[in-house]
Amino acid sequence: MPESLITLLYLLSGGLFILSLGGLSTQQTASRGNRFGIVGMLIAIATTAFGAEVSGSGYAVLAACVAVGAGIGAVLAARVEMTAMPELVAILHSFVGLAAVLVGYATYLGAGGYTGVEATIHEIEIFLGVFVGMVTFTGSLVAYGKLRGSIGGKPWLVPGRHWINVGMLCACIALASQFVGAPEHSALVPLAIMTAIAGVFGVHMVMAIGGADMPVVVSMLNSYSGWAASAAGFMLNNDLLILTGALVGSSGAILSYIMCRAMNRSFISVIMGGFGTASGAAAAAGAAPAGEVQSVDVAETTQLLADSKAIIIVPGYGMAVAQAQYPLFEICKLLSARGIKVRFAIHPVAGRLPGHMNVLLAEAKVPYDVVLEMEEINEDFPHTDTVLVIGANDIVNPGALDDPTSPIYGMPVLEAWKAGTTIVLKRGMASGYAGVDNPLFYKENNRMLFGDARKNVEAILASLREASGARAA
Amino acid sequence: MRVAIPREIHPGERRVAATPDTVARLLKLGFDVRVGSGAGAGSSMSDAAYEAAGAKIVRSVAALWGEADLVLKVRPPEFDAELGKHEVDLLPLEGTLVSFIWPATNAELLAKLNERKATVLAMDQVPRVTRAQKMDALSSMANIAGYRAIIEAASFFGRFFTGQMTAAGKVPPAKVLVIGAGVAGLSAIGTARGLGAIVRAFDTRPAVKEQVESMGAEFLEVSIHEDGTGQGGYAKTMSPEFIAAEMALFKEQARQVDIIVTTALIPGKPAPLLLAADIVQEMKPGSVIVDLAAEAGGNCEFTKPGQVVVEHGVTIIGYMDLPSRLAPTASQLYGTNLCHLLNDMGGAKSWNVNLEDEVVRGALVLHRGEVTWPPPRREPAPAPQASKPAAPPVAAAAPRKSGSGGGVTALIGGGALVALGLVAPPAFVAHFTVFVLACFIGWQVVWNVTPALHTPLMSVTNAISGIILIGGMLQVSGPPTSIVTVLAALAVLLAMINVAGGFLVTERMLAMFKK
Repeated sequence: MPESLITLLYLLSGGLFILSLGGLSTQQTASRGNRFGIVGMLIAIATTAFGAEVSGSGYAVLAACVAVGAGIGAVLAARVEMTAMPELVAILHSFVGLAAVLVGYATYLGAGGYTGVEATIHEIEIFLGVFVGMVTFTGSLVAYGKLRGSIGGKPWLVPGRHWINVGMLCACIALASQFVGAPEHSALVPLAIMTAIAGVFGVHMVMAIGGADMPVVVSMLNSYSGWAASAAGFMLNNDLLILTGALVGSSGAILSYIMCRAMNRSFISVIMGGFGTASGAAAAAGAAPAGEVQSVDVAETTQLLADSKAIIIVPGYGMAVAQAQYPLFEICKLLSARGIKVRFAIHPVAGRLPGHMNVLLAEAKVPYDVVLEMEEINEDFPHTDTVLVIGANDIVNPGALDDPTSPIYGMPVLEAWKAGTTIVLKRGMASGYAGVDNPLFYKENNRMLFGDARKNVEAILASLREASGARAA
Repeated sequence: MRVAIPREIHPGERRVAATPDTVARLLKLGFDVRVGSGAGAGSSMSDAAYEAAGAKIVRSVAALWGEADLVLKVRPPEFDAELGKHEVDLLPLEGTLVSFIWPATNAELLAKLNERKATVLAMDQVPRVTRAQKMDALSSMANIAGYRAIIEAASFFGRFFTGQMTAAGKVPPAKVLVIGAGVAGLSAIGTARGLGAIVRAFDTRPAVKEQVESMGAEFLEVSIHEDGTGQGGYAKTMSPEFIAAEMALFKEQARQVDIIVTTALIPGKPAPLLLAADIVQEMKPGSVIVDLAAEAGGNCEFTKPGQVVVEHGVTIIGYMDLPSRLAPTASQLYGTNLCHLLNDMGGAKSWNVNLEDEVVRGALVLHRGEVTWPPPRREPAPAPQASKPAAPPVAAAAPRKSGSGGGVTALIGGGALVALGLVAPPAFVAHFTVFVLACFIGWQVVWNVTPALHTPLMSVTNAISGIILIGGMLQVSGPPTSIVTVLAALAVLLAMINVAGGFLVTERMLAMFKK
């Protein structure tokens, strides 16, 4: 295939990727966007396969790897539970990171032929690519572990951890100066040491970040995986890799930024880690909200819901864990049939992945036009009779608005307490991920429905059905 | 902070920017309120009532203005013949003024205010977004105008609005046609319905059909389908074919109806001519036309702005001061709009002209002697029928970046670019160009993604970042046992998991999003 044709096909493929991301701007065009992405990827792979670099035995190796990889990917995609999406995304990030490391090594060991400034730049590219790839790899693995719960969600804080990080970075820079400029293939040792340090760095960084910040971490790693791909493009002089990597990199960066803003925290402070530990404990001790918690049972909850005219449901990660979205939507249907207006309010950081709640509700077939963003619905709470909070805590904490000592002070929250009555479904009085007590629970118009979210939701559904049946008869 | 409420000096203007009721709210926001003597007279509100609410009455107009930090008015400032001075010259240097301004047609006034280094918020420029509804004075006034239009029509119309069966015989109900179903149109529909008339309405924007019908009116349509929805909830100019069909419809309706209320306005343009002479001639003698677009030239050929004329036996009302004719209510609603705005701006305690607040930015026409009108363009208003596209919570984020830090960053960036250009080989620079441009494209494209689709976005980008498999592919063709080949093959395998897994799981997820 002539060089120009390859370049143009790459251009086409890159254009399709851009259209693919653009397609995701609305639900109507999203599927088309995904197809664009698939076509773009097929073109890219085919073009590369028929290019000059692949030949002879390469095809056999390639076919085997592609078939196995595609098979594993298809199985993963088909089997994954929607509640486990964050884990899947995290583990997939780690694959990109590892692939970037491998490509970096292969490039270094393969043919060189660069001289002068070009050689220097090439080596820097390799060094950087391997570094970013390795951080992505180990960081994603830890994130995966945290999301699965096999590693504790609490931030793991080593004393003087910032200095350790700085030290590791300095060591990497020192190694880089040895690596760059060394005769070809001879500087494998500094590269290997740096890889190990980068691995520890990735682990350490994500370990120090609390569970509540997971949406930021996942989108940040998404960004890193893009930068890693971009770095690989630089070392291989491949514009398509550079372009695509940069697209993914900036996409992840924007998502991280959106998530940080939704929590009113700076990106740096999230990365530095340690949220909701020291400061959280102090605040909880200092300003424990006084008052009594009023609990209700399923029958009263059903009555409250049935007597309302407008209801807003605020789901959180607890709903995902309990898989309560299916019975929840049945409840919505029953209530809507009675002429009650039921809507969902989604906080940007509800769940463990940006947009996670939307996917879970979509899975339960909740129409997306009753699922509203925080900014669309926050003004409606005062006109709402009943708010049902399921498995959410920090995102409905009034302390974020009126208690300057609260560690989450300033974070935009769903103002559920402005409604007539709030009902919080919760397992017990434990605090949320941020480790902050929630004054909402002690408000006069709040009721607590303790117990397993799924069981309670199903019980409400059953008693609503009974009531409907009785009414029909 | 001292707030001054001067008496409106425009001839015939009876409204005032605060009532005793809203004075109490202003006091609660922490303002020190002073009211010009006789300011509320036109709205039947005595000085004593203001005093009882806690305001201080000031007799001297010059003192009232001169000592104020913030002046609240209804009409734009104008020349005060009694004092022989322009109101702008009464405003203290660097003072703040909130009133209707109409900056598009009042360039001279704007320049004059600018000389005083004034900060001016124009109530007519408050953007039409959900959050700003409580401060939308245009809607408040349009609502009153719509109501008053029907009341004015009723006073010139010689029959009942409602049909009646009396011992003395049957009286048919009046038929009312409302053209343009904006806030004023809908209000007119509601009022006419309330009086018992049969109401029909026409609008070029199909989306308002539901609203019209919910008010109890019949929605008239022409056979040509064309969506007249323009920016910001207003209508746009229609095609000639559509206008021809529209005129035919009006002509036919003119024979049947007794009262026509026209409210058609297109922002920044003279009002469209809807009722030409031949249509007016079709109407029965004794019919009434109320032209709410009189100020912009009128929708009816015979309209004389500010006057009532009779042509072909039809009374054509061109009053431009309909809100002022319902002064107490207009003052109360306008005053409340102002209170909401001032409250949003922090009240007296934390008063802040926040340029990043979309509403404040929209209304702000002058800021400390700097012309800030028109505001930078924002996202177009959501189409009324489309399922609410989630306003990206990020739209306001971009301008935030520009601060004093921006200059430093730009300087460093520029310096780095120059340094790079001096040493880097051309091939690298070419790649670098691609990289930077791609970052910008990614930045632009991804902001548009609706937050509900962030998870699919993540899995798609995940699949796309599997593009790194190309990096592996380029190196698999060496000897099958060499380290390079093995490493590259492994990379291909891993990346392929990503590609297949990412795309397929996205497909699965997107299939679930149903309306």
